[in-house]
Amino acid sequence: MEQLIDWAFIVGHVNYWLFIVLMMTGLYVVVARGNLVKKIVGLNIFQVSVFMLYISIGKITGGTAPIFPVDLTGHIEPDPSIVYSNPLPHVLILTAIVVGIATTSLGLALIVRIREAYDTIEEEDILKIEREMTAEDNKEYGAAMGGRA
Amino acid sequence: MAAEETHHVAKTFMDHLPVLQVVIPLFAAPIIVFIGKRSLAWPIAFAASAAAFVISCILLIQVLDGGFISYHVGGWAPPLGIEYRIDAANALVLALISGIGTVVLPYAYESVKAEIPKKNHTLFYACFMLCFTGLLGMVATGDAFNVFVFLEISSLSTYVLVAQGANHNKRALTAAYDYLIMGTIGATFFIIGLAMLYMATGTLNMADLADRIADEGTNRTIRAAFAFIVVGMGLKVAIYPLHHWLPNAYTFAPSAVSVFLAATATKAAIYVLLRFMFSVFNPSFVFEEWTLYIVFIPFSLLAMFAASFVAVFQTNIKRMLAYSSIAQIGYMLLGIAMLNATGLSATLVHLVNHGVTKAALFMGVGAMMLYSGSAFFNNLNGLGRKMPLTGAAMVASGLSLIGVPGTAGFISKWVLVQAAFENGWWIIAIAIMLSSLLAVIYVWRMFEVLYLTAPDPQSTAKEAPLAMLVPMWVLAIACIWFGFDTELTLGSARVAADGLLAGSAGMAH
Amino acid sequence: MHHHHLILRVVTKMLVGAIMLFAFYVQFHGDFSPGGGFQAGVIMAVAFIIYGIVFGLDKAEQVFPPWLVHKLVALGVLLYAGVGVVSMLLGYNYLDYDAFSPHHPSHGQHWGILLVELGVGITVTGVMVAIYYAFAGRPPPMKDEDW
Repeated sequence: MEQLIDWAFIVGHVNYWLFIVLMMTGLYVVVARGNLVKKIVGLNIFQVSVFMLYISIGKITGGTAPIFPVDLTGHIEPDPSIVYSNPLPHVLILTAIVVGIATTSLGLALIVRIREAYDTIEEEDILKIEREMTAEDNKEYGAAMGGRA
Repeated sequence: MAAEETHHVAKTFMDHLPVLQVVIPLFAAPIIVFIGKRSLAWPIAFAASAAAFVISCILLIQVLDGGFISYHVGGWAPPLGIEYRIDAANALVLALISGIGTVVLPYAYESVKAEIPKKNHTLFYACFMLCFTGLLGMVATGDAFNVFVFLEISSLSTYVLVAQGANHNKRALTAAYDYLIMGTIGATFFIIGLAMLYMATGTLNMADLADRIADEGTNRTIRAAFAFIVVGMGLKVAIYPLHHWLPNAYTFAPSAVSVFLAATATKAAIYVLLRFMFSVFNPSFVFEEWTLYIVFIPFSLLAMFAASFVAVFQTNIKRMLAYSSIAQIGYMLLGIAMLNATGLSATLVHLVNHGVTKAALFMGVGAMMLYSGSAFFNNLNGLGRKMPLTGAAMVASGLSLIGVPGTAGFISKWVLVQAAFENGWWIIAIAIMLSSLLAVIYVWRMFEVLYLTAPDPQSTAKEAPLAMLVPMWVLAIACIWFGFDTELTLGSARVAADGLLAGSAGMAH
Repeated sequence: MHHHHLILRVVTKMLVGAIMLFAFYVQFHGDFSPGGGFQAGVIMAVAFIIYGIVFGLDKAEQVFPPWLVHKLVALGVLLYAGVGVVSMLLGYNYLDYDAFSPHHPSHGQHWGILLVELGVGITVTGVMVAIYYAFAGRPPPMKDEDW
């Protein structure tokens, strides 16, 4: 009799489930939250989910840190019986983490400037101000052109 | 240890060209910051971009016979090491990007002085160089993850450059923020795709990826990777439903940045999309099994009509040009969806022609903004008569935007229509012409404002400074030149299209 | 500011040196154990940031002036790219560290990675401190008496 739920599949792919949940949480926060800082937080969660995906695919069962043992003379003796985890995804994601930091700080810097210019960091209020600006532009420039901006 | 000694043949300058063209601007950026002198920032930036342009021209000539150049960064051979790989497709895009960069900088000298506070000039040019490096790098590299790194270098500096428009209009800040959110989501989608490709194949070198995907055939991981990469890059390209960031970013950025972005940023992303769709994933996979054109054609048609239609009703000329860019991206996608050599060469040739055309138009608008203070049509009344040379350059490039015979725009649309007929899609061919009529309307509105309305009597407008006129005219003449001499653009586009359509075989070592 | 938080100030003074030393350890031991420029740079920056938090931004800016921070950011990248350019001038590929010791490529690799990581470390230190200065230096939107 075939099992209805393949538990081995579900448990065996736990890192993917976690990745998907985190990714969707992050993406949802970016879309649903009106506060600009919270959007950046969501973006961070979204990015971190990808970091975790990369890190988890580098894992090899029983694998240790991929550093060859070096004795005092500097001679390297690789031991074929030791299993090393795959360092490549980790290195890649180190780059992505740095990119993530740069993005976060740039985003926050923009928010600081937006707050100084608009006096708010709520998306709704900003949109309202921008709509008023557009309406003014329309009144000033649109009438003669027979349209709206 | 003598046994470890390798017989090394010293590399010459010519061997280093593929990497030098990325390294020179990369080196220029920190030098500008390190020296920290405003007077030296511009000369260094200009020298670096001119050098990059010369190098990309040499590279283009070298690969026009359909071959490729592979450069191993750090001496590590691919697929383990990072490879820079130049063939006709990316040499053409490299030449476009570095050419536009070189032409924009003299223009930027005046426009930056007028639009950006003095204390930011040094960092502006450093940022510009970083953006330039990123765009060149993501096109030149043959390593999938390296694409992401350079993509983020260019994107992050682009957000900063767009935000520089805040002096003029505070909406530049929110435009940059929107772009940051969308761009980051796009780039993150892209690396999710790469993670899946790596899981399925265990490699990140594009040529190697192509081989392994061709050997192993498709599976669900690879298909998911494809979806993530296309959507992620699609955000960067501003494919029709993912274009929301583009109009604001182009409208509120400083003029020089608008010129550079409009001509290069989306183009580099389109190149990456092409490279992944055709070289990494086999074209037969993408289209015959997955019938991707069912998705691409409606979106590109929507872009062509909806975005052009919206452009017609704009009151701000920069915003109008931005919507027109979205429409033109539709043409490029349509060329991809044709899936024949002609269609693909139409995409590549339009990529170059539209880059040149749009850059010239944005330059014209930027020059007029020096005197009008804004890009609203009302403020530009009659400026074409007051600034005859600027106006004439805008007319020439405007005609190219429509696709009038004898201009660059005509060539790319002509090839696109040919490609449609090759597939027997005559309805699409008619659609291309109809949407060109919409372009006639919005370009005509621009001409009307520039020439047929009375200039504001109080306007102090006079001809734009020479440093702006020369770049503008270089591009305007290029618009006409490429309309007659198609050897360079169309010739290399055809070679590139053949290379891309060969799929993974085109990437073989 | 100068008369309270005595414990914090004393502890910070003791910690800053240790943090810097640890940064150098992570930096230069990076080729034998986990570590390297990114981590060391952040740790080094932490030393300045904690100093700034406890003693005030102006004190931190006296120790590590903003103009110097900007130069260091550029210097690190220059060092990194410069290593590549030197290897190119020696007739090898960009960033091919074998160039530094053609007869003992492993020594060349050692030197190359050390210099490149040093460049990374300098830039990361600079960038992290610069980010801190940029955010902390903004006039606070709310004054103390507004609470």
